[in-house]
Amino acid sequence: MNGTHAQRGWTRRLVVLIPYLWLLVFFAAPFAIVLRMSVSQNAIAAPPYLPLFDPAAGWQGVKDFVGALSFDNFQRVFSDSIYTFAYLKSLQVALVSTALLLLIAFPIAYGMARAPRRTQPALVMAVILPFWTAFLIRIYAWVNILQRDGLLNDVLRALHIIDDPIGWLSTDTAVYIGIVYSYLPFMVLPIYSALEKLDHSLLEAAADLGCPRWKAFWLVTLPLAMPGVLAGALLCFIPVVGEFVIPDLLGGSNMMMIGQALWVDFFNNLDWPAASAIAVVLLALLLVPIVIYQHVQTRALAGGS
Amino acid sequence: MVNRASWFNVVSVAFGLAFLYLPIVILIVYSFNDSRLVTVWGGWSARWYRELWNDGPVLAAAWVSLRIAFLSATMATILGTLAALALVRIGRFRGRMAFSAMIYAPLVMPEVIIGLSLLLLFVTLDLDRGFWTTTLAHTTLTMCFVTVIVQSRLLAFDWSLEEAAMDLGCPPARTFFSITLPLIASAVASGWMLAFALSLDDLVIANFTTGPGATTLPIQIYSQVRLGVKPEINAICTLMIGFVAVIVVIASLLSKRYAVARDRQGALAAPM
Repeated sequence: MNGTHAQRGWTRRLVVLIPYLWLLVFFAAPFAIVLRMSVSQNAIAAPPYLPLFDPAAGWQGVKDFVGALSFDNFQRVFSDSIYTFAYLKSLQVALVSTALLLLIAFPIAYGMARAPRRTQPALVMAVILPFWTAFLIRIYAWVNILQRDGLLNDVLRALHIIDDPIGWLSTDTAVYIGIVYSYLPFMVLPIYSALEKLDHSLLEAAADLGCPRWKAFWLVTLPLAMPGVLAGALLCFIPVVGEFVIPDLLGGSNMMMIGQALWVDFFNNLDWPAASAIAVVLLALLLVPIVIYQHVQTRALAGGS
Repeated sequence: MVNRASWFNVVSVAFGLAFLYLPIVILIVYSFNDSRLVTVWGGWSARWYRELWNDGPVLAAAWVSLRIAFLSATMATILGTLAALALVRIGRFRGRMAFSAMIYAPLVMPEVIIGLSLLLLFVTLDLDRGFWTTTLAHTTLTMCFVTVIVQSRLLAFDWSLEEAAMDLGCPPARTFFSITLPLIASAVASGWMLAFALSLDDLVIANFTTGPGATTLPIQIYSQVRLGVKPEINAICTLMIGFVAVIVVIASLLSKRYAVARDRQGALAAPM
């Protein structure tokens, strides 16, 4: 018995330790390096930055390290209007598309929750499936549809809604379509799972007491759907702020989101410290939503058990 | 909820599904288009698939992507299942808050941040960027998805079976393999497949962490898309969609068969 207990203790420790260490090395430590890089200076060489830290140099190394800290990158990120504009644009795009997603996803989730019980698993599967087919492919499919001689213009012209083809591609509209399209499952599923749990007797009680249907929806259904709405909104808002592929492929050259600014600084300008500073500021912006999201997640799992 | 759906409910679900599937269907249909112009219909043909077959760089990139996806999904499944066990079965341990924060954060963290930070780690560790660094990066990202899937399955059944086995002196590892794993097998399998699909799909993180000689399929597709739409890309994309669809169908069949087998076993005796 004692042997099993000791074994149990060790197994438990390993079960925690292995994934814990993995995440510390590959998720937490890299952020420390990004932070360090963001206060470093750019160099025209490979690697394109000045040495970070030389532990072999001892105390002198520490002094050099502190002396070499440079906040120039942050100063640039905050003063250069290109970056300010990109941050604001990203927040705007994320807010607007989260609102659009809510408006579009809620009726879908609501309809799914009211579908016959037996068809519901199939509907859930149908919403999840596109998420399994490559994201890049789904964005590329829209490039096909939205281009000047693409299908959307053909259809609109055949219906005599427009006479001349419209340049959909490289506009903000195209970016919103792409975002709504790719993130729709992330918004539908949490709302659906909140609505699906809804106790029907509450609505019946409201109806019996003479509450009109719209009022019952407003007073009963909506408040109970709120956790799902919040989870879906965060699940969409946070990654959209840092989105790169969608604005890059569907957006115009005048539309620069912060993810693109980071990409350009890193890959085109080879300015790794500046890209790191952008990442640090972006992370700081998203910290509060991420903490709220974790809170919502933990609570949802605790409630589900 | 109410089981009577109004016409508005039906229309919104139908509209939602049409919106989700129409672009994919259009893409598949146009991959069989004979015309060189993507937008002009020139009759059915498998021409672009033949050209694809002779396109060395694309095939090489597909092979790299498949290997990375297989390796990283396997590692992510092991790590993610361990992490889920830690969160659900071990319960309280020091640093649990930080641990669950590190599990949930990558699910929403913008990919550019994850890609950049991992690249800087690899540079600091002086690892050559390429196949292995991308595999490590994908393992880290996808293990969190596996954790969430396995975790919700673990929460759905209760702990007493495992507790009973261990009280009877069954060592923890054996308890895991003979009791816990069979119960969560379908979740572990779908975790593996989601990890595989996510790795096969990733452009942003791979672009940061890969190096010369290890161009993945999304990177190859992306560089071609930037030069303009080509019918051949429709063909690659259709193949990828077909590949994922086959995996998903196999998975759902397997999990159904598994569920049937389990139910039968459960009817005969206590599931031990």
